[in-house]
Amino acid sequence: MKRRRSLLFVPGNNPGMVANAGVFGADGVIFDLEDAVAQDQKDGARILVRNALAVLPMKGCERIVRINSMDRPIWLEDLEAVVAGGADSIMLPKAQSRAEMEELDRALSDAEKRVGREEGALDVIALVETPTGVENSGDIATARRVSGMLLGAEDLTAALGVPRTVDGEEISYARGRMVMAAKAAGIDAIDTPFTDTDDMEGLVKDVLFARSIGFDGKALISPRHVEAVNRAFTPTDGEMEWARAVVRALEEGERAGKGAVSVGGKMVDAPVAARARKTLAMRGEA
Amino acid sequence: MKILRMAVAGSMESNDAMVTVEPSNELSVEIESVVKAQFGDAIERSVMEVLKNLSVDSCTLSVKDRGALDCTLRARVETALLRGCEGVR
Amino acid sequence: MRDKMIGSLKEALKVMGLADGMTLSFHHHLRNGDAVLNGTLDAAFSLGVSGLTVAASSIFPVHAPLVEHIRKGTVSRLEVNYMSGPVADFVSRGGIAEPVIFRTHGGRPRSIESGELPIDIAVVAAPSADGRGNLTGTKGPSACGSLGYAMADARCAKRVLAVTDNPVDRVAPASIDQSLVDAVVTVDSIGDPAGIVSGTTRMPRDPVALVMARYAAMAIKASGLLADGVSFQTGAGGASLAAASYLRDMMRDLGVVGSFGMGGITSHMVRFLREGLVKRLYDVQCFDLEAVKSIAEDERHVEVSASLYASPGTKGPLVDDLDVVILGATEIDLDFNVNVHTDSSGRIIGGSGGHSDTAAGAKLAVVVAPLVRSRLPIVVDRVTTVSTPGDTVDLLVTERGIAVNPRRPELREALDRAGLPVMSIRELREIALSITGVPRSSRPKGRTVGIVEYRDGSLIDRISEVS
Repeated sequence: MKRRRSLLFVPGNNPGMVANAGVFGADGVIFDLEDAVAQDQKDGARILVRNALAVLPMKGCERIVRINSMDRPIWLEDLEAVVAGGADSIMLPKAQSRAEMEELDRALSDAEKRVGREEGALDVIALVETPTGVENSGDIATARRVSGMLLGAEDLTAALGVPRTVDGEEISYARGRMVMAAKAAGIDAIDTPFTDTDDMEGLVKDVLFARSIGFDGKALISPRHVEAVNRAFTPTDGEMEWARAVVRALEEGERAGKGAVSVGGKMVDAPVAARARKTLAMRGEA
Repeated sequence: MKILRMAVAGSMESNDAMVTVEPSNELSVEIESVVKAQFGDAIERSVMEVLKNLSVDSCTLSVKDRGALDCTLRARVETALLRGCEGVR
Repeated sequence: MRDKMIGSLKEALKVMGLADGMTLSFHHHLRNGDAVLNGTLDAAFSLGVSGLTVAASSIFPVHAPLVEHIRKGTVSRLEVNYMSGPVADFVSRGGIAEPVIFRTHGGRPRSIESGELPIDIAVVAAPSADGRGNLTGTKGPSACGSLGYAMADARCAKRVLAVTDNPVDRVAPASIDQSLVDAVVTVDSIGDPAGIVSGTTRMPRDPVALVMARYAAMAIKASGLLADGVSFQTGAGGASLAAASYLRDMMRDLGVVGSFGMGGITSHMVRFLREGLVKRLYDVQCFDLEAVKSIAEDERHVEVSASLYASPGTKGPLVDDLDVVILGATEIDLDFNVNVHTDSSGRIIGGSGGHSDTAAGAKLAVVVAPLVRSRLPIVVDRVTTVSTPGDTVDLLVTERGIAVNPRRPELREALDRAGLPVMSIRELREIALSITGVPRSSRPKGRTVGIVEYRDGSLIDRISEVS
């Protein structure tokens, strides 16, 4: 199971950071060709990221590239370079509609054919950051290749004309809607980055909340956040104990031919069993 | 490909290289590097390869290398050459 | 008793009997703010002497004028523990005929006390001094805290000259007392406070340094040494400071109380003391104002001589009681030999300092270094210069993995069990080369410009002239 607990943004035109992107323990790295790159350096970043993808060791780390949005013609150049470089996934910013996702799918297939990669080799993570995108998140989540959706709260709140707060009340609808759409489609729901790089306490609170409402992971803008985010999205020892107890009870119940079992005085029904198995799987226990 | 104007790519930050190209009737390459003793030849080889891949026969090209990895160096050379040829931006 | 105050450096050197070919010693507590070495040599030059040996514990960029004194013949030999900047460049390029002798922080007092390095005049920069020659580093406009590196010099030199910019009525207790000091000179300034200590030593924000630091701290925890009574030394380098900070959190979480912290002391080590995580600090050198303030006010923060700190010639230096030391490296080779003297081109950029002393003494010597620095792999087939022998180094921690010295199979097992990314040093070398490409060896082949002495005085390597 490909985990996406932590997806770390790395500016695409910074050779030092690009070279070291794989050492921070993030499940995935998002090389950014969009907002982190100045307008007059887009070409330089694209070529740098293409070259780096091809040669740098990233042991087990998903290599994602955020290309420029489809309202800018250079998105196709980005796409071509990134497919050629060997990226695992594309992140499309300002994803708004099913039609766009289909256009991206076709462009990817063309590019894959041209550079000799297998058709469908690349996944897509849709970055939903507009009111239209949020409202269409169900359509986006079920499009071909889309394996994850990331909420972009900064752009979204700007479009809403409301301030972004630490508590995040203003994005609670968007969070809920996205999680629901992602889960309905069976893809990853990834939460918006926590932008105050020095507020570790705030980060932990934010990420635990995201997990509590169903997110699978979080995007990050600072390497220093990786450890805390990974930890928050990993079952605690206590949760693992509980999950093992549930699975044990189920197995014993089955052997004894009992229809229903309970753990700690609580009935283990199908959803509880599923949750326990998922918990174990998150730390690599079958 | 013909270099028609002066163009620069990269930066003087550590781990990067600054590459400058200028139109010229012949090919000349100048390399300055913090790791010249260890990688001077490798840098020159990479520069020549990128020139060849883009079919650039003549230009003046200078590299100021601050410890760029080979993939970075090649990217900066390619970017400078593409910027220096007609029709690009 | 007669007052020992003398009007000027020049006069004092005359009174001390300065003559051609003598050895003058200096200490480096004023670091890159030191004005005493330059001032003394200027005075010596004006007296017309030549052929002096400068035995300085360290030489920094601020000592650039020493190059001129070598060119003019005032100085003809250097014996140091560390050198960086213009003097080091000058030596590397063959600027001085006699090879420079490099010692360790423990080897220097050993050689002074054994008579191997006889000193004619020890020049002691004293942030405060009284007219009888009692000296301290803890007070005054140029306060530097500990005077640990000057103590063997003061004890063993034929003559001891203190130089101060803060004459006071009485210094008590003194770091170096009047029984050892022949004369005291007052000058306008012994140094630039901005170069002597920083306000506080800043924690690094470099995320790669933080990754290495976290691995280092986790490895130390996995080694089992992080228990009550643990003692350690961490340097003032970025990754070391960060590792110390992770260790502090771990000790707090585990409820562990250590015995002592040692070495060059920073505000971060002072926090260990104040938070009750160690019982003592043994201080040969202060790196920041917090450390200076602490050594002046807190009796648990103890000034120690370099001899007590690290000399293998004493009946038991403190390094032998160390559990853990965190060290740096410019290169480390497949046999775990470490180079901190030269860069990969063989140019002198540092020196052992306490590196090999603490590695030899500590139960766990951890080298922390980025696997790739400016396209150069840190792991090499053979180091350009051997500063610290590989059989005293236990661990190499990089951002891409940890290598355990094969001499410590039980340690490797412990780290594996803790889930740390352990691999062989050869594998680390391969990863590094896959990133950088294979560098051409640029080992210099010129004449010998430096001799590296191990802490016991044996020859461990030579440094060659670079073109």
